[in-house]
Amino acid sequence: MTASAQTTSAQPKPTRVYYFGTCVIDLFYPGAGLAGMELLRRHGIKVVFPPDQSCCGQPARNSGFFDEARAVALRQMQAFPGTDPIVVPSGSCAGMMKTHYPQLFEGRPEHAQAIAFSRRVHELTAFLVNVLEVTLEDKGQPVSVTWHGSCHSMREMGVVDEPKALLRQLSNVTLVENPREKECCGFGGTFAVRQPEVSAAMVKDKIEALESTQTAKVVSGDCGCLMNITGAMEKAGSKMSGQHIAEFLLERTHD
Amino acid sequence: MTELPKGDFTLRAPAALNDPTLRANFRRAMDGLMTKRAAQFTDKEAWTALRERGAAAKARVVARLPELLEQLEANCTANGIQVHWAETTAQANDIVLTILQRHNVRTVIKGKSMVSEEMELNHHLQAHGIQAVESDLGEYIIQLAGEAPSHIVMPCIHKNKAEIAALFEENIEGLGYTEDVDALTAAARAEMRKAFAAADAGISGVNFAVAETGTLVLVENEGNGRLSTTLPPVHIAVMGIEKLAEKLKDLPSLLSLLPRSATGQHITTYVNMITHPRRDGELDGPHEVHLLLLDSGRSRVHADPELRDTLRCIRCGACMNHCPVYSRVGGHTYKFVYPGPIGKILSPQLEGLDCAGDQPHASTLCNACVEVCPVKIPIADILVRLRSEASHPSDSPAVKGAGSRANWRESWGWKGWATVYSIPWLYALAGFMATRFGNLMPASLGPLKAWTSVRAKPRFAAKTLHELAKEKGYCDE
Amino acid sequence: MSNATAKANILGRLRAAPRTQPPPRPDWTPPVFGEQKIARFRTMLESVHGEVVETTQGAWSADLRRLLDERGVGKLLYGPASGLSDRLRQDCGPLLMAYDRPVEVLKDSLVHQAEAGVTSCRAAVAETGSLVLWPTAAEPRLMSLLPPLHVAVLPASRLFDNLAALMEAENWAAEMPTNALLISGPSKTADIEQTLAYGVHGPKALLVLLLTDA
Repeated sequence: MTASAQTTSAQPKPTRVYYFGTCVIDLFYPGAGLAGMELLRRHGIKVVFPPDQSCCGQPARNSGFFDEARAVALRQMQAFPGTDPIVVPSGSCAGMMKTHYPQLFEGRPEHAQAIAFSRRVHELTAFLVNVLEVTLEDKGQPVSVTWHGSCHSMREMGVVDEPKALLRQLSNVTLVENPREKECCGFGGTFAVRQPEVSAAMVKDKIEALESTQTAKVVSGDCGCLMNITGAMEKAGSKMSGQHIAEFLLERTHD
Repeated sequence: MTELPKGDFTLRAPAALNDPTLRANFRRAMDGLMTKRAAQFTDKEAWTALRERGAAAKARVVARLPELLEQLEANCTANGIQVHWAETTAQANDIVLTILQRHNVRTVIKGKSMVSEEMELNHHLQAHGIQAVESDLGEYIIQLAGEAPSHIVMPCIHKNKAEIAALFEENIEGLGYTEDVDALTAAARAEMRKAFAAADAGISGVNFAVAETGTLVLVENEGNGRLSTTLPPVHIAVMGIEKLAEKLKDLPSLLSLLPRSATGQHITTYVNMITHPRRDGELDGPHEVHLLLLDSGRSRVHADPELRDTLRCIRCGACMNHCPVYSRVGGHTYKFVYPGPIGKILSPQLEGLDCAGDQPHASTLCNACVEVCPVKIPIADILVRLRSEASHPSDSPAVKGAGSRANWRESWGWKGWATVYSIPWLYALAGFMATRFGNLMPASLGPLKAWTSVRAKPRFAAKTLHELAKEKGYCDE
Repeated sequence: MSNATAKANILGRLRAAPRTQPPPRPDWTPPVFGEQKIARFRTMLESVHGEVVETTQGAWSADLRRLLDERGVGKLLYGPASGLSDRLRQDCGPLLMAYDRPVEVLKDSLVHQAEAGVTSCRAAVAETGSLVLWPTAAEPRLMSLLPPLHVAVLPASRLFDNLAALMEAENWAAEMPTNALLISGPSKTADIEQTLAYGVHGPKALLVLLLTDA
């Protein structure tokens, strides 16, 4: 099921949003998490990070442990009361909350709550482009980058063009398309350890495709993919680096 | 995390991954098929409308299956087509053998049928002295090689020209070695002509059996299907009980989805609709037409309202063409008849999660298959559901072999995870420990070992986002 | 185990399952081509190596003779009781081979001697470039399958936009023939390294004589 990335622009722009950091960002890429909040703040939004949040529950749900996923999902819903939008710097976590929370609670007393919650969820770049309609001014040196869109961002959240639209706004950034862009990087959460050989083959092909662009850096909206891709790049001695789009945008647009 | 028991898929994958010829053959073939399909569906609105129609048509079949099967049988019978029911492949093989023996059949000419692969029909007939010759070129090639099909639409997709040329040189008298595709095709045509003329019976599959009119619809490009179902005096069609269309008016949308999704063709060369055996005055066509309806676990799939969507499948193969896993390991790695994403949801249900339980895990849930499935099977959701069934025993299991992959380490692991992640102070403590000490963990430990064989060890940050957010004042309302 | 038991068991299990509501059929409009019907038909058929020759009711049989002579076709399979037979006897007489007895009797000559087969068409579909044949006793099934060249005589007025339009206009659901066929080109395969090859088991060539004034 794909959730449209478009939010009806008939609504007035929000002045206050919640921010869901995601557990991968929490432990491994807090800078990216902060950058996302900072970007929103500098566009005049009050950003609130509820301290009770932890994880969207995707690892348990995808492993088929629905009760455990529900327990954690319920706590997230409780941590984000009210009606303010919830912005998420990850297409896969946003997808989990938007498409799978209602599914997880189908036939249960929390179903209505889950539906209402899911309607508030926005992936970060889609929020910046479609809701805030930001304009970005590039203050950085010329650089060429390539974009990696995560599978869940593209296929569950329908976020395909928004991140590239943001990158294209930056006048000194050359965005180079990479071949087989829509093919999975091989992370897949626990897939990377359950099917290590297949995962390794997939990430190897992915870094080859990214390196063929001869750019300095791969930018992505998903830190799970980034951990996979940059980890493989590092092990292979690649010259390419990787960065979350929030961090990249913040660096480019602020002194 | 724990060392889970390795299933067949997991054990077979590395050999395929390390075979450069296989990798190259599949990469080239899948890229081609994806490109051809994409060229058919450039109009997003048209694709969406067509797909909704096709998905509804097949969903109606699944929802109305018992009455439609009865309607199909009644109409086929009135038309002169003899209908047989088989609960298991063993019963199905017996039924086919009985019909063939009654007619003293020595040679059978076969059109392509995945159900006949499920039955291992050729093997069964061989054991009883009846030769089954595959007439579809792809099936003929793998029959020469003694292999199973590796794709449900293009059975020898794993073979390149050189491999096929070698096979033909070895098996066709007087041909010699040639990689010229036209020459190879002409050689196969000549060989097949002999087989067609000599066959005492023809066996085919069915793409759609129309309940409304009692009509068997078969699609093909080569003409071998038409020959197998027209020239011999007896025709036996075998099909899974789900391969129905409710009404004739469902055919245009289904026929618009199947070839375009499968090979990027607007339509197959032939669409062959069979409603009667040879009638009075007619000069050709089989005198007897039989339809064999095979259950073999499908009724159990049907019993579950979520899992029954599996039965919508029209066997186009688009899912496997787009699967990043299938394109790297090929069809044989999946071991059972149906590979790729449809195989990953069907095989565990037909064979049991105890036999095929690692297949639902052989996916990153990238959803590439979901995006292209012409009948909107929620493959990713079913994969996750099967993962759940595999690790949770049940008193009334929805799937054969449910709970066969249950292990206490994993169960307790997730319970522990849920506890930590739903108690904020516990989560904060875990985060603190991970960031301050996690980097000390050696790369050779447990799941990290699999990860670090190809990637650098993930590095925990100095502080968690929770801590930094609080420092920056984002936690204040 | 008897067939009746198997049937009862299978249907029993299916009936015992929870009932789900069959969804309604959503609207779907297959493409229409208006004035471009013939052009579409030609484009589609030619893209798969089919041939379309425009001719008329008065000229088609002479045109056929000429085309067959050009290709060196000496044996043309035809149905002596078909609607085409008078004209075929008139212009293609020496080439004709009659399909007038059961296949069991004629098999050898059908398989080894017939170089072409000529049939009428019930209709055609522009969207997919398909001929629609309902073989009859007068024009049996194998005529359009065994010989290496299939010639089809198609009145232009029998060309429909799409299959759905044809099925509905002519109420196929009321009664289906023994065998109904959509033929959309010469036989082909892409099984050898996805390279297209024509003339596998069915005809190598398909020639449509389009009667523009019929």
